[in-house]
Amino acid sequence: MSGTSVAASGLPAAIAARLDVARVRAEFPILATRVHGKPLVYLDNAATTQKPQPVIDALSRYYRAENANIHRGVHYLSQLATDGYEGAREKVARFLNAASAREIVFVRGATEGINLVAQSYGRSVLRPGDEILITGMEHHSNIVPWQLLAEQTGTVLRVAPLTDAGELDLAAFDRLLGPRTRLVSVVHLSNALGTVNPVRRITAAARGLGIPVLVDGAQSAPHLGVDVQALDCDFFVFSGHKLFGPTGIGVLYGREALLDRMPPWQGGGDMISSVTFERSTWAALPAKFEAGTPHIAGAIGLGVAVDWLSAIGLEAVVAHEDDLLRYATAEVGRIPGATLIGTARDRASILSFALDGVHAHDIGQVLDLEGIAIRAGHHCAQPVMQRYGVAATARASFALYNTRAEVDALVAGLAKVKQVFAQ
Amino acid sequence: MTELSALYQDVILEHNRSPRNFRRMDDADRHAEGRNPLCGDQLTVWLKLDGDVIADVSFEGSGCAISKASASLMTAAVKGKTRADVARLFERFHGVVTGRAAGEGQSDGLGKLAVFSGISAFPVRVKCATLSWHALKAALENGAEPVSTE
Repeated sequence: MSGTSVAASGLPAAIAARLDVARVRAEFPILATRVHGKPLVYLDNAATTQKPQPVIDALSRYYRAENANIHRGVHYLSQLATDGYEGAREKVARFLNAASAREIVFVRGATEGINLVAQSYGRSVLRPGDEILITGMEHHSNIVPWQLLAEQTGTVLRVAPLTDAGELDLAAFDRLLGPRTRLVSVVHLSNALGTVNPVRRITAAARGLGIPVLVDGAQSAPHLGVDVQALDCDFFVFSGHKLFGPTGIGVLYGREALLDRMPPWQGGGDMISSVTFERSTWAALPAKFEAGTPHIAGAIGLGVAVDWLSAIGLEAVVAHEDDLLRYATAEVGRIPGATLIGTARDRASILSFALDGVHAHDIGQVLDLEGIAIRAGHHCAQPVMQRYGVAATARASFALYNTRAEVDALVAGLAKVKQVFAQ
Repeated sequence: MTELSALYQDVILEHNRSPRNFRRMDDADRHAEGRNPLCGDQLTVWLKLDGDVIADVSFEGSGCAISKASASLMTAAVKGKTRADVARLFERFHGVVTGRAAGEGQSDGLGKLAVFSGISAFPVRVKCATLSWHALKAALENGAEPVSTE
């Protein structure tokens, strides 16, 4: 069950302070929305989270009072924007416990971060016959970039299998970690199954063989809390919009020694030291990987989001979400005909399920008419669906502003689904 | 009628539970696959032609109640029809489910297919209702490539 995810996140397993959910909810204007005449019950947080007022205000303030291009102007506003952007990098570095802000590269999101590593690190290091090892529970964003790389470099993609409960088969993983493995890329918290992977166990095994590990933290960064030094990973990616921040901004963390050796990914302004028609040289980290004008407002908004989340405290968030997941698992689990997809011992914030005789889209449709937002589909993880023999699942995913009353609304909604589709 | 019962009409729920012509056809003249990559719905439509007439038609696959019931009702509606009849029927059906042909008399001649008129209030479900029709069209045109409604 989910009770051990506090330990898995690298946070102290202290008794967390109680989360003041009413106060948290009051910071999210959108949660007052009514849908089809019913109060919105937003349970699609794994797709994207809603935004608190301080993040919305930061975006608005930036465009009202601080907007300019960064790193090039001597004028007042350019300095203000640069300070805001670089200040956000410092905030993210603290949030992830990176050794230095130079290890924080702003990208569009987790997907772009993985593509950057594949195209920069992968293309410069990998040779035909080399292997990349992923797991059977990856999101398409941690499969397809490696397939593209495999086509370009003649490398081979290996996939560690899952157990029936939705856990990584560690014995099989260890066997696949071989002399030809050059990179391991694993999801921290599965978006389709809710499984928390034993990342420290994985990085320890890879470290012994000198193999770098990329961790896809799109779901874990907002729901587990992350310490990249404790995880001992080499790369870590996450998306701002799943962490109460804006869309279009995300983070690639990379160990400085690795980022230093990697060639640039995209060329353009801001990433150079000098340019002539014969030859250009690259800027120092992290500018080397940030060609062109970045999403300045987005980075500033993300900086506000990580500070906002840290101020609430990840321990309290994890405890609250674990309680919701335990409650939802029990309540949905007792519905006749309901099957949970993903029953790993260590899970967090995500409940994937199927109802006998009712397709996930129809579940999602009936719930929507009750004001309840869930995700129905393959969750960009088609191989996971194939592994468990389902075309699609319904997924409720929780965030710190959700309540047990909303879980009750979900269960009542599912009773309605069953009534509509009763034999 | 509530939004819910306008969408999930009894005929739709009944065809979802007991789809007609839901089988592989091993001696089919033609077949085509329809896929909805965003939601993962997938179905195959098989055909037997007698000249210009659809002598037999069947389907198989997985999808939501709307896509399954639509495929079921489609097979019942097109059996014995000519290509030209089918093309006209699809055009009419499409107009009704997208709401482009809303209004008096637009469902005339659609028969049971008129139960899908409630779809027009749910634009994201139009692709569910038309998936089997796109596959049928592809099979009639003898296209081997899977068709997609995305």
